[in-house]
Amino acid sequence: MSQQRSSFDIVTREDFSDATYLLEVRHPLMARAARPGQFVIVMSHEHGERIPLTIADFSVERQTITLVIQAVGKTTKEMQQTCKAGTSLYAMVGPMGVPSAPGTAKKVLCVGGGLGVAPVFPQARAFKERGAYVIGVLGFRTRSLAFWQDKFASACHEVILCTDDGSAGVKGNVTEGIRQAIASHPDIDECIAIGPPMMMKGCADATRGHRIKTMVSLNPLMIDGTGMCGGCRVKVGGQVKFACVDGPDFDAHQVDFDDLMLRLRRFASQEQAAMHRWSETCRFKADALSS
Amino acid sequence: MADKPKKKTIRTIPQARTPVREQDPLERVRNFDEVSAGYRREDAQLEAERCLICPDQPCVAGCPVNINIPGFIQKIGQKDFRGAYDVITATNLLPAVCGRVCPQESQCEGVCTVGDALEPVAIGRLERWVGDLAIQEGWANVPHIDPVPFKIGIIGSGPAGMACAADMAKAGCEVTVFEAFHQPGGVLRYGIPDFRLPNDVVDAEIGNLVKLGVTFECNTLVGRLFTIEQMLDEMGFDAVFVGTGAGYPAMLGIPGDSLNGVLSANELLTRCNLMRARDFPNYDTPLPPARHVAVVGAGNTAMDAMRVCLRLGAERVSCIYRRSKAECPARAEEVHHAEQEGVEFHWLTNPVEVLDDGAGGVRAMRCVRMELGEPDASGRRRPIAIAGSEHEIETDLVVFAIGTNANPIMGQTSTLRLNTRGYIQTDEDLATSVAGVFAGGDIVTGAATVIEAMGAGRRAARSMRRYLGIRDANAPYTIARPDGAGTLFGIDEREHNFVRVRE
Repeated sequence: MSQQRSSFDIVTREDFSDATYLLEVRHPLMARAARPGQFVIVMSHEHGERIPLTIADFSVERQTITLVIQAVGKTTKEMQQTCKAGTSLYAMVGPMGVPSAPGTAKKVLCVGGGLGVAPVFPQARAFKERGAYVIGVLGFRTRSLAFWQDKFASACHEVILCTDDGSAGVKGNVTEGIRQAIASHPDIDECIAIGPPMMMKGCADATRGHRIKTMVSLNPLMIDGTGMCGGCRVKVGGQVKFACVDGPDFDAHQVDFDDLMLRLRRFASQEQAAMHRWSETCRFKADALSS
Repeated sequence: MADKPKKKTIRTIPQARTPVREQDPLERVRNFDEVSAGYRREDAQLEAERCLICPDQPCVAGCPVNINIPGFIQKIGQKDFRGAYDVITATNLLPAVCGRVCPQESQCEGVCTVGDALEPVAIGRLERWVGDLAIQEGWANVPHIDPVPFKIGIIGSGPAGMACAADMAKAGCEVTVFEAFHQPGGVLRYGIPDFRLPNDVVDAEIGNLVKLGVTFECNTLVGRLFTIEQMLDEMGFDAVFVGTGAGYPAMLGIPGDSLNGVLSANELLTRCNLMRARDFPNYDTPLPPARHVAVVGAGNTAMDAMRVCLRLGAERVSCIYRRSKAECPARAEEVHHAEQEGVEFHWLTNPVEVLDDGAGGVRAMRCVRMELGEPDASGRRRPIAIAGSEHEIETDLVVFAIGTNANPIMGQTSTLRLNTRGYIQTDEDLATSVAGVFAGGDIVTGAATVIEAMGAGRRAARSMRRYLGIRDANAPYTIARPDGAGTLFGIDEREHNFVRVRE
């Protein structure tokens, strides 16, 4: 019937830990169009759901878009099993959302928490290319989960690594890193923070007192990603905004994070059920294979 | 058989409208199969007899794309069914779709001469029957196409884009339709549920476009992947049509409207129809659980949302509308079907607050009763709240279907001039402020109907052909018969100066 766009071939797959993996997908047009702060919507197969993923890197030379994914639910765990180099995705559309404003900041703080470390990378690189002084603050639960320190070393003037358990860098979460950075650089004029909602809320609180302009990238549930369904609505400064077309970047000091966290749990019970059902079938398959 | 039948009069035609077989309401609320089975051949022929073939043809003027309605009905009467299809497709590409979703009672059937005395001719059902027969028989009218060296880009694969694409392909252009979703069809795919418009019908009609040479590119968000300006300057498109639809659902704007368990009809319908959440967990997209659903609004989208919820197993579905049934904007047939299926209508009721269940979900909706006052700007009587009439309606899922605002993506990514409400500004010929770019459908007018969007797509195609200097911009195209009869190598004789047309 209709012609699908050729295909969305996965050219590289890299595993950062047993839960976090990277996919580099070939898409020459999108590699040229993508800007820091934008996201894609991916479907791994025809029966799949549409999941939004922030673009972690893009390369015009390699003609690719890089995504970093954490296996947390049925879809992302299934993708962890099926998405290998040489396979392809059923659908990938983007780049979506308003690109991050390049801004005029001279000294910026680029904060990434966990998986959020990946999408903050193109922002850090863009700031450095523009001539700003870039301080990266990267937070992980523990040393073994850390990734991309080398990439950040080249995109930042300083990198502060934080781990919750102190196994590498500063002990504590990213707010500790932010505190240290602000202490040694009182002239920071902008902060970008990407990560789980709780972490972004912490960053907003950490910079609010210092009146540092802080932008966060929000990741609510989405379907179309083009402003049509309103599933991704968030409250910013008391107003309803659609993260897909009005964002995904918003002023952290205006965002209602509690509302965001509540809305992220919209389908918690269905997600759990799908996850449970899926792991059961996987176990059956594994049992069948081993017997 | 005599060529000239006896003149029909209102007394000689069958008096009653030929009924159509429908699934029993109690049965159909448990499935997503089509409600109306459509006419059988004998039904269609009987109903065709009811058309008076009256000389003033009000139905043709009443149709947004001016289908030659008496013409195709006459062909049905003559048992020339292929001929009937040819007559319809000379002006309307999608008979199987329009026969199902057009608001005929306010268009062709609303002005039908027979309707002055009896029930009007069931034009919609006849059109659908012809459209379905064409799909079943594999008919497609691919006229002889003289290629012209123009490349046309269509943004959005909904009804406006499809209509424009068809006309430009028939004019010989190379046409590419860009769609952001992973499947084409726009609102026909994500919005209108299967029990009203089955996906097979949408597939078949898109298949006809592909036969005309139209290319569909899904997963392509124009504006962000490339801009309209890039299409014209770098990608070699000679003209572009924007038919992206309205999108951006309007919010309730009352306390509690961001609770989990409050969602737009667009979201509910997209989850259920396009993403097939009704087959969860075989499909991965979930739907919110719902026992008592309250749908705010009473348009076609609201009716679709309510009837979807019943089929998903809701115990009770209520329609909350601030005006009365007389003002309700949905097609009469949809309201009737919704009533049959057990939707509770709360006319003259307006929500004021969505109440929290304590866990972030919905417990109930607080409403007030309304009465109708003086007519407002829209000509409808303005609803006014009755003091002291507050009451609660128990619900765990609130769906809002109260219209849409303009989608901002085209405005964000192009220099197209927008009007004060954010819709794309066009002149009467649907040309935008950028040379070579035309726009039509909901992104120009705000939310309207499928057939109006198709009408706009065709109007834009006419302007586009004029802009590109393609001849015969206003002439209706004649259809080359597959056997080439009456044509010269597929070219209508009258189009060329080779032969004398009249002896």
